[in-house]
Amino acid sequence: MSEHIIKRMKDLPSSHLLGTGTPMCSGCGGLEALHQIYDILGENTVFTNAAGCMTLLSVYPFTPFRGSWLYTAMASAPAGAQGIRDALDILLEKQRLKPEDDLQVVTLTGDGSAYGMGLSATSGAIDRNLDFLYICYDNEGYGNTGQQYSEATPHAARTSTSKGSHGFPGYKKDLFAIWAANKPAYVATVAGAEPLDLAKKIETAKQIRGPRLIIALAPCPTGWNYDPQYSADIGKLAVSTGVWPLKEYIDGKITHTKIPHPRKPVQEYLKTQGRFKHMFEPQVDKALIGEIQARVDRYWAEVTES
Amino acid sequence: MTRKTLVRKLLTGNGAAAWGARLAQVDYVPAFPITPQTEIIETIAQWIDSAEVATRMVTLESEHSMITAAGAAAATGVRVFTATSSQGLLYAMEMIYTVAGWRAPFVMVNVSRGLSAPITLEPDHNDILAARDSGFLQIHCATCQEVLDQTLIAYRLAEHHQVRLPVIVNLDGFYLSFTREPVHIPEPQAAAQFVGEYNAENIRFRASAPASQAVAVIGGGPYSYFRYETHLAALHALSTYASIAEDFKNSFGRDYSVLETYRSEDADYAFVMMGCFATKAKEAVDRLREAGVSIGLVRPRVLRPFPDEQFRQALNGKQAVAVIDQNLSMGKGGVLHSELASVLYGAANAPPVLASFIGGLGGRDISTEEFFEIAKTLQNAVKAKQTPPPKLLYSETELREMRKLQAIAHVERQELRSPS
Repeated sequence: MSEHIIKRMKDLPSSHLLGTGTPMCSGCGGLEALHQIYDILGENTVFTNAAGCMTLLSVYPFTPFRGSWLYTAMASAPAGAQGIRDALDILLEKQRLKPEDDLQVVTLTGDGSAYGMGLSATSGAIDRNLDFLYICYDNEGYGNTGQQYSEATPHAARTSTSKGSHGFPGYKKDLFAIWAANKPAYVATVAGAEPLDLAKKIETAKQIRGPRLIIALAPCPTGWNYDPQYSADIGKLAVSTGVWPLKEYIDGKITHTKIPHPRKPVQEYLKTQGRFKHMFEPQVDKALIGEIQARVDRYWAEVTES
Repeated sequence: MTRKTLVRKLLTGNGAAAWGARLAQVDYVPAFPITPQTEIIETIAQWIDSAEVATRMVTLESEHSMITAAGAAAATGVRVFTATSSQGLLYAMEMIYTVAGWRAPFVMVNVSRGLSAPITLEPDHNDILAARDSGFLQIHCATCQEVLDQTLIAYRLAEHHQVRLPVIVNLDGFYLSFTREPVHIPEPQAAAQFVGEYNAENIRFRASAPASQAVAVIGGGPYSYFRYETHLAALHALSTYASIAEDFKNSFGRDYSVLETYRSEDADYAFVMMGCFATKAKEAVDRLREAGVSIGLVRPRVLRPFPDEQFRQALNGKQAVAVIDQNLSMGKGGVLHSELASVLYGAANAPPVLASFIGGLGGRDISTEEFFEIAKTLQNAVKAKQTPPPKLLYSETELREMRKLQAIAHVERQELRSPS
């Protein structure tokens, strides 16, 4: 698609490549991000997918993709990317594939696979310096099975397996840091609600070779319990409250691409979602909200100090 | 020397498997080390380092990923070889089923080894039989020569346009993997000509021809359709195998019919066994024949697809058959025994006695005396007109040794408990 550099909103692709009418829920923040990502990556791509919501994008005999697709399993989508990339390289080398028939290899998984079951395969792919782009749509729970808590679930969120009065007792795993620690070619967080930032990052990732990893915040009406019309607003609030930092890792350096200033209080984000309702009703849990705010403050204090 | 032989050389079963992959000119080897298979990938790695082969090898971080990469590469249109064993095969099991469903043709060598727990390194067939229902075809070998030759045959079979399924070539750990036997290494050009080039046809990824592979289905209708189609392809592989083996015989002079029969045509009794322990049965057959017992051996080379009709013919009119299973289905018994019973039941002239023996678990030897004992059991069963209950081959000496180990374990525990 776009070989030009994206600087402004009007530079974003105006045509959309991904077909409509998929079985994703209305207001799916993951699909919102994928639409934008696919517009930039283009159709000369092959996706390897792990078990998750987006497995249902390609159900026989339909697919919204103009390019190729291989469903693998929950744990090994990056290994599928390895097999395809290696095979394409072998075919190119042995001149059994025309250079114009080459494909960009993309792995698409949810957070259940990316943060947990598939992490070993991802780590292996980074070790081997696999030339692929990994997209994780992070809806902070095992969404496809009814939003049980996953390793990406934030502290205190109510899920199908943390319905108690305090929600999920654990803390969201820092996948960005785990990936960056392995020194891949590129790591970035994005949100569909921030299309320009997303587009610039995908454009950057597209030009680089090696392991490139994208974590896309995926506001999830069914899993987070809010009206689908608010997905974009919630995505924006995740960024403006500092809960979802937009950043990228490249050449050994982490850069925050959008530092929210002034930063809104976290409760503006939390109160929009049913999964955090227990913090506000029947009475406001100031201690818990304060704890979450303090953690976000600490994060940004470290960012601005460095 | 046989026709079209490059050289005759002492090779281990693992070495023979590596040579099979080399002669098939495989493009890609996703790998993961596991005893007793590791020598295969080490050998191929060495050839890659010395530029003797134009193959790419990648070590994945697990067998699960290894099989995913193998299937994905085969689905992209290159010729793939891989190898595993035992726990590795089980770790990969989700993908073993999955890539067979992709109809991704490639060859995997499995070096059989008993399964945990308790963990062991020595062979039996519970690992390979766990893959029985996966859609992978299975070829079982008894000699190092067979390992090499069957690897070549397996590529033809896997890639055949009416089959298109992955194939496992199985050999027994230690007894075959580490045993050196004289092997005729086919002349590379003749081998290449026999195997042919891999024509991926429509199973591949290209920018100019986008494809969705392995997509989800909704409902039992499409699911049943695709699953049954895979079953039909596997069934079809039996006649395909037979014709490829015939072609191999014409090219290289070695016969690999679906069943190996040894002195069984005119026999009253038969042993049925898989894998290299069957060579022990051959030796026993010779001795029993000398002692006046009319007995032979039947060994399936192809286990999936199951050679129903070939078994019915080979065992037609036998008075009694002993199936010696080197595996144990917990709560049922020998797997080959059950499978054989299913094809013989109701068949005209089926042997009235089909006795089950379990032996060779975790590499436990089967002695000639035990084969004599089994033959005696068959003769008695015919006289009594009654099939004997299943038996485990296990001697009093072994039990005595086991009791000694238990006594030591007991004493050790007591010592740990009592303060010195």
